[in-house]
Amino acid sequence: MGDLFRSEEMTLAQLFLQSEAAYCCVSELGEIGMVQFRDLNPDVNVFQRKFVNEVRRCEEMDRKLRFVEKEIKRANIAVIDTGENPEVPFPRDMIDMEATFEKLENELKEINTNQEALKKNFLELTELKHILRRTQQFFDEGFLVQMEDPSLLEESNIPLEPTEANRGVPLRLGFVAGVIGRERIPTFERMLWRVCRGNVFLRQADIEDPLEDPSSGDQVYKSVFIIFFQGDQLKNRVKKICEGFRASLYPCPETPQERKEMAAGVNARIDDLQMVLNQTEDHRQRVLQAAAKTVRVWFIKVRKMKAIYHTLNLCNIDVTQKCLIAEVWCPISDLDSIQFALRRGTEKSGSTVPSILNRMQTKQTPPTYNKTNKFTSGFQNIVDAYGVGSYREINPAPYTIITFPFLFAVMFGDLGHGVLMTCAALYLVLRETRLIAQKNDNEIFGMVFAGRYIILLMGLFSIYTGIIYNDCFSKSLNVFGSGWSVRPMFDVRVGGNWTFTVLEENKLLQLDPAVEGVFKGPYPIGIDPIWNIASNKLTFLNSFKMKMSVVLGVIHMLFGITLSLFNHLYFKKPLNIYLGFIPEIVFMTSLFGYLGLLVFYKWLAYDARTSRGAPSLLIAFINMFLFSYSDPSTQLYTGQKVIQSLLVVIALACVPCMLIVKPLILRRQYLWRKNLGTQNFGGIRVGNGPTEDEAGIIEHDQLALNTDEEPEFNFGDVAVIQAIHTIEYCLGCISNTASYLRLWALSLAHAQLSEVLWTMVLHIGLSSTNFAGAPVVFILFAAFAVLTVCILLIMEGLSAFLHALRLHWVEFQNKFYTGQGFKFLPFTFDSISEGKYDD
Amino acid sequence: MPSLLFCGPKMAACGIVISIWGVIMLGMLGIFFSAKSAVLIEDVPFTEEDIRNDKSPPQAIYGLYNQVGINCFIAAAVYVAVGAVSLCQVRLNKRQEYMVT
Repeated sequence: MGDLFRSEEMTLAQLFLQSEAAYCCVSELGEIGMVQFRDLNPDVNVFQRKFVNEVRRCEEMDRKLRFVEKEIKRANIAVIDTGENPEVPFPRDMIDMEATFEKLENELKEINTNQEALKKNFLELTELKHILRRTQQFFDEGFLVQMEDPSLLEESNIPLEPTEANRGVPLRLGFVAGVIGRERIPTFERMLWRVCRGNVFLRQADIEDPLEDPSSGDQVYKSVFIIFFQGDQLKNRVKKICEGFRASLYPCPETPQERKEMAAGVNARIDDLQMVLNQTEDHRQRVLQAAAKTVRVWFIKVRKMKAIYHTLNLCNIDVTQKCLIAEVWCPISDLDSIQFALRRGTEKSGSTVPSILNRMQTKQTPPTYNKTNKFTSGFQNIVDAYGVGSYREINPAPYTIITFPFLFAVMFGDLGHGVLMTCAALYLVLRETRLIAQKNDNEIFGMVFAGRYIILLMGLFSIYTGIIYNDCFSKSLNVFGSGWSVRPMFDVRVGGNWTFTVLEENKLLQLDPAVEGVFKGPYPIGIDPIWNIASNKLTFLNSFKMKMSVVLGVIHMLFGITLSLFNHLYFKKPLNIYLGFIPEIVFMTSLFGYLGLLVFYKWLAYDARTSRGAPSLLIAFINMFLFSYSDPSTQLYTGQKVIQSLLVVIALACVPCMLIVKPLILRRQYLWRKNLGTQNFGGIRVGNGPTEDEAGIIEHDQLALNTDEEPEFNFGDVAVIQAIHTIEYCLGCISNTASYLRLWALSLAHAQLSEVLWTMVLHIGLSSTNFAGAPVVFILFAAFAVLTVCILLIMEGLSAFLHALRLHWVEFQNKFYTGQGFKFLPFTFDSISEGKYDD
Repeated sequence: MPSLLFCGPKMAACGIVISIWGVIMLGMLGIFFSAKSAVLIEDVPFTEEDIRNDKSPPQAIYGLYNQVGINCFIAAAVYVAVGAVSLCQVRLNKRQEYMVT
């Protein structure tokens, strides 16, 4: 026990690993994840380390696997995740693995290049096929036109079919046919027109089916074009323009006969090619499918190997090259399992010399390690987000488990919303294993899921505060019957002064609790439901919630200060208790603890009859500091003046205790320590040097050498730090108490918002005098539900969460928590086997 | 056969959640209105005349209470239907999943 309240006790240890067993030992340590390796060669750069070659080989394998994975993803094959956690392969298996991956990569690369070449070929043939088909159309059209109206051709002087043209005009027309991207056609046409001064004739037709670009795999739309021109000069120009526009030109035979033959040939070749392509694709699929089955396991193996070599690089190599020396931080409670892991590693490697774990003394601060489980980890994260605790400092997380959801619920007090939140969290908690297995990558869902136990507790506490506030979707539940009654107000015998004429005349009447029978006593639990329909509901609730916030705040802060006592006791700092903790807690209780007592006193001391004359607490508290007691009506109890004056004086007396006395005593202690071990000989102090046992015990730890110097004492610094601390604390007491009023403000905001939502949405549906209201209720309820979840649960919940977080980080933790430690980061394979890997 | 599936798994789950909530909450509201809960008086659409012209008070107000309560019950019943439809959708979605994979 006690593990939860402070971080684990850590120790620095040396591991002597036999060279041949080092790899297996480190792999076993990685599986248990209990040790943090320290870098023993910080001044050696990455390329000079011993296992750099192995790391590089692992990286190369990793790269190959990534390539395979990318190919698998591109082929839309699912990688099979069996959740299996493979053992680390032996170093001798590395060559086999390398060979396997090399073969796989080469095979895939070869398939890819072949496939690309085939596809390119296929594309060219397809384009040629389209050209032949389309140009045939152009030529046919030209022929028809010529048949129908030869005069037209005569005029335009451009016979479309060169062979036919030979008959009429003695011109020799050339032509070029090709394929071009469809979006380039307009500019292409314009360019041709301008460069050739209108002396060429362009025909184009779209290819309906998209063609696949072999290099990128995109689907592109293209058009066939054919250009007629006359003479070689124009031909050169046209060809250049085609090149410029990256149009692919294909040879097109001139006679229809040849074209037909060519088309037949092309079609036959396309068919053959298609068959080859299909076979290639099948082969590729088979290879990838086989790889997809094992790629995850391979990844894990390679990455584990890489992690091990990386860790081995941190070790120091003994001069004899026989063993590796590692320095590790490890929790004392887990030393046994670490020893056991080392033994297992040695056995596995077949080595006969055992690996040795040797605990070391050090003055360095060990890392902070808080053991958590799935329930506490959320709360520990909340604390760690502010600052990782100093080593062996009181850990606020266990208290946060209760206070955090409670303070949240104070701001989120609504039975209905609490139930909804609890249901949502229960779903996450009960379906936990299934949801983890699903591996949802959504970041927001991941965050909510990680905090499922926090949300569950927040929901449960909201139900509780909802019952106390008697609020359920802004309506009250009248379970036990209200303690208020209107009837006695009409009864003259008990002092009631209401009549029916009074009712007629007044819009608003106030019940008088002083009349006997009007107020029969408090509601058994929470706020009386009658306040829900009272017009002065807010006045009553504000007063109640403000007092409650102050009382809760004072308790929370006093608790924080008390925890600081345990820190001082643990770290054996009596001075901090006498001149830190005691003045602090006296200051706090005499001012704000007293205010809390006054709140309870006022609740108890005044009843219905006397409540009219009850003085305001705020005024009384202000007067306490002003020492003004002239107005007798503001007196709460006899002897108030003496007690309050005394309290203020005590509180003020605490300030110099913290401010001045502590630095002075620290200085005295320092001087005394400095003179220790020296003797005064005639006004000259003579020391006898460091004693034998102080010197050089831990020489072998090279890093420990430069850290065991005692810091120089500087009175000015200490005084300034203490002054800052004191001022911060005293002003903080006031501002922090005021800060707890956010509990009231947010709970008010939440209650008002939910009331607004009810009146603006659901109220409209309900206020119908006939059956037409039913469908309206149906529709508006859906709107009400959605808005409740979006605004009241998520938005308001987030804001209450943030404010609860602030109250913990600032108001609670600054009373005792330093949070200047650094986190224990054990060497572990967990993240590798979960597939989350970032170097 | 035309598929009866018209919404995805998330929409169907949302429908189920809303209908469970709707059935419980509107059912409770209906009960409370029928029981003439005083806290709900603000949601009952009565006017000045309902009180003044009432032959045997507070029967007119009670009548309105009952009316609102019945509306709530009807809406709750509709939500039962919505819930049933959503449940069917969830089932169909699941079957779809099996058939695809």
